[in-house]
Amino acid sequence: MAAPTMHRSTDTPSAAPQTITMIKGLNQALRTSMERDPKVIVMGEDVGKLGGVFRVTDGLQKDFGEQRVLDTPLAESGIIGTAIGLAIRGYRPVCEIQFDGFIFPGFDQIVSQLAKLHYRTQGRIKLPIVVRVPFGGGIGAVEHHSESPESYFAHTAGLKVVACSNPVDAYWMLRQAIECDDPVLFFEPKRRYHEKAELDLSVAPQPLFSSRVLRKGSTATIATYGPMVRTSMDAAIAGAEDGLDLEVIDMRSLSPLDLGPVYESVRRTGRLIVVSEAPGESSIAAEIATKVQQECFYSLEAPVLRVTGFDTPYPPAKLEENFLPDLDRVLAAVDRSLAW
Amino acid sequence: MSSPERWSQPQPSGAPAATAAAPTAEQVIAGLRATSEGGAELVQLLTPEGERVDHPDFHIDITPDELRGLYRDMVLVRRADREANALQRQGQLGLWVPLLGQEAAQIGAGRALRPTDMAFPSYREHGVAWCRGVHPNEIVGMFRGVDHGAWDPVAKRFHPYTIVIGNQCLNAAGYAMGQRFDGKVGDDNGEATMVFFGDGATSQGDVHEAFVWASVYDAPLVFFCQNNQWAISEPTERQSRLPLYQRARGYGFPGIRVDGNDVLATLAVARWALDECRHGNGPVLIEAFTYRMDSHTTSDDATRYRLSTEVEEWKLKDPIERVKAHLSRNGFADHDFFDGVQAEADELAAVLREHCVSLPEPPPSRMFDNVYAEPSPALQAQQAEYETYLAGFAGGEH
Repeated sequence: MAAPTMHRSTDTPSAAPQTITMIKGLNQALRTSMERDPKVIVMGEDVGKLGGVFRVTDGLQKDFGEQRVLDTPLAESGIIGTAIGLAIRGYRPVCEIQFDGFIFPGFDQIVSQLAKLHYRTQGRIKLPIVVRVPFGGGIGAVEHHSESPESYFAHTAGLKVVACSNPVDAYWMLRQAIECDDPVLFFEPKRRYHEKAELDLSVAPQPLFSSRVLRKGSTATIATYGPMVRTSMDAAIAGAEDGLDLEVIDMRSLSPLDLGPVYESVRRTGRLIVVSEAPGESSIAAEIATKVQQECFYSLEAPVLRVTGFDTPYPPAKLEENFLPDLDRVLAAVDRSLAW
Repeated sequence: MSSPERWSQPQPSGAPAATAAAPTAEQVIAGLRATSEGGAELVQLLTPEGERVDHPDFHIDITPDELRGLYRDMVLVRRADREANALQRQGQLGLWVPLLGQEAAQIGAGRALRPTDMAFPSYREHGVAWCRGVHPNEIVGMFRGVDHGAWDPVAKRFHPYTIVIGNQCLNAAGYAMGQRFDGKVGDDNGEATMVFFGDGATSQGDVHEAFVWASVYDAPLVFFCQNNQWAISEPTERQSRLPLYQRARGYGFPGIRVDGNDVLATLAVARWALDECRHGNGPVLIEAFTYRMDSHTTSDDATRYRLSTEVEEWKLKDPIERVKAHLSRNGFADHDFFDGVQAEADELAAVLREHCVSLPEPPPSRMFDNVYAEPSPALQAQQAEYETYLAGFAGGEH
């Protein structure tokens, strides 16, 4: 590879800007990718006739056929394991895992084979596979349907891990992930699936593996991703009424982490709060906090604080409001930082 | 215990199978007979005494020249295997996984493959590797710790060794699905895939899932199970109540048990199975009934869990000796031929030894190479920092 492929996606501005949901954005990204590259295939449980349990793959099998949209047997190791074989054969599979808590039966294939074959073969085998994972809580689901397993994969060399937070990113990031020659774990915040935004295809996307400052501010920095981006933005808006001027950064890429904008921000604000709904212990949030204290030690006015899910299994749905960070917990952390 | 009927009887309801305690030696032997004895359905074309026999379903037309070639293959891979084993004992390799006793199963299957076919090995398939044009020199590096396998899996159509038990069966199923999607099956020129795994692997979920995937997608995939009777220290009885080849029926494709110490029978059955796949009638399960004459790996001590009488019995079924007897008895080869093959084998061993001991230490930068297809800035920074650190020692006292 002479040049990274992550900047490759551009669309001709033929269509007018349209208001879409995240589900529509993901669906459109799959459709466009499949139209452009006959080697892109979609595979998973119920992705065909049903269109996926969240309808992300709605209509694709009808238009692309059963050989490009595979309703697979019900086994996650099988989905990932056969996707690896198909990729060796030249295909670019996009696997759907129905829910976060079901990725663990496929964990072995992901960390033992998907992550390592490029390395083991000294680059002779590329595995351009995307594993889509609807993740996180907030939808009142039963157990194993609300988890945030992204840190397991960020911990494994050879995988790239991203999380989208809004419909526009959902579209572009999935397009770019499919074009990436590395395996990408693609986390989709299911509680944000129905939120809307305007997608203007004439606006070029930013690189996939980069973070983005969503809101400039001077009081403190919030670094967050996935479902907590919206929560953090709400906190920033609410905080503004109390005179807080919070900067919010959507990390977008969890492995590799693009920490440059965070360092730059913390050097101005002197304070960092990392917000994630995953349990905090040994997490992405922990990694961000560690790197920032290493790089910005003399700029920090207070310790880096984390607002995360608790170090418990995901609780029953009636307790998830207590488990999930909300606007008040974010602002309470800002107050603690300012009180230092 | 050993009657076939015992295995078709339903268990009494509520009574768990009596497998909680460690099996006695008698139970192990009974289990071996029940689940692993060759039996009437074992396909054999060359007896342990070296006599050709007929089988109603599997024939093979083979010239004396081809027979000599199979003999040569087996002698060479055994010699390379023994040399690598010795290299481990001498501290030159960190580990070796011996193939001793399984030469016929691997050469028979490996020689049935065509260049356009794909093979997915486990980690003992040095004989299959040989048939795919992978030199033993390209294998020993991973056991010496200098690489993870030096061959090009794309060019050789021989996947990297897979250490995690059974993973490769799903990867192979996916590859075979791709062959079908690409329209490469349906006639004599079709492509097929063969995946290699052991009797222990049949207990893994991935192998079950691969059976499911291959069958529902009609993948041109031959599952080649080398039942060498032992999964490290666990006998086949610990993996299955049924002979392993019979499992295929539950997935809706043929299962065949072949004498894995009979290179002719293995070649014939493997050719038939691959042909089925080429024509779009796959998948097929082959259980090559064989025996691991050495330990599981050089880290294992097989004398702790199996009886010497069992080993002695299997020595009588040696896969190489029966071909040698056949060649001699029929005047297909003479002393000069056998001496020539042995000399060639010794030369191969010498080349392997020389290559192994002179393998250069990989530079530290190798550690960071090819983690990703598209570079990761953070990893590049980590590499640069480490190289700067190492450079700090250059010329200094240390």
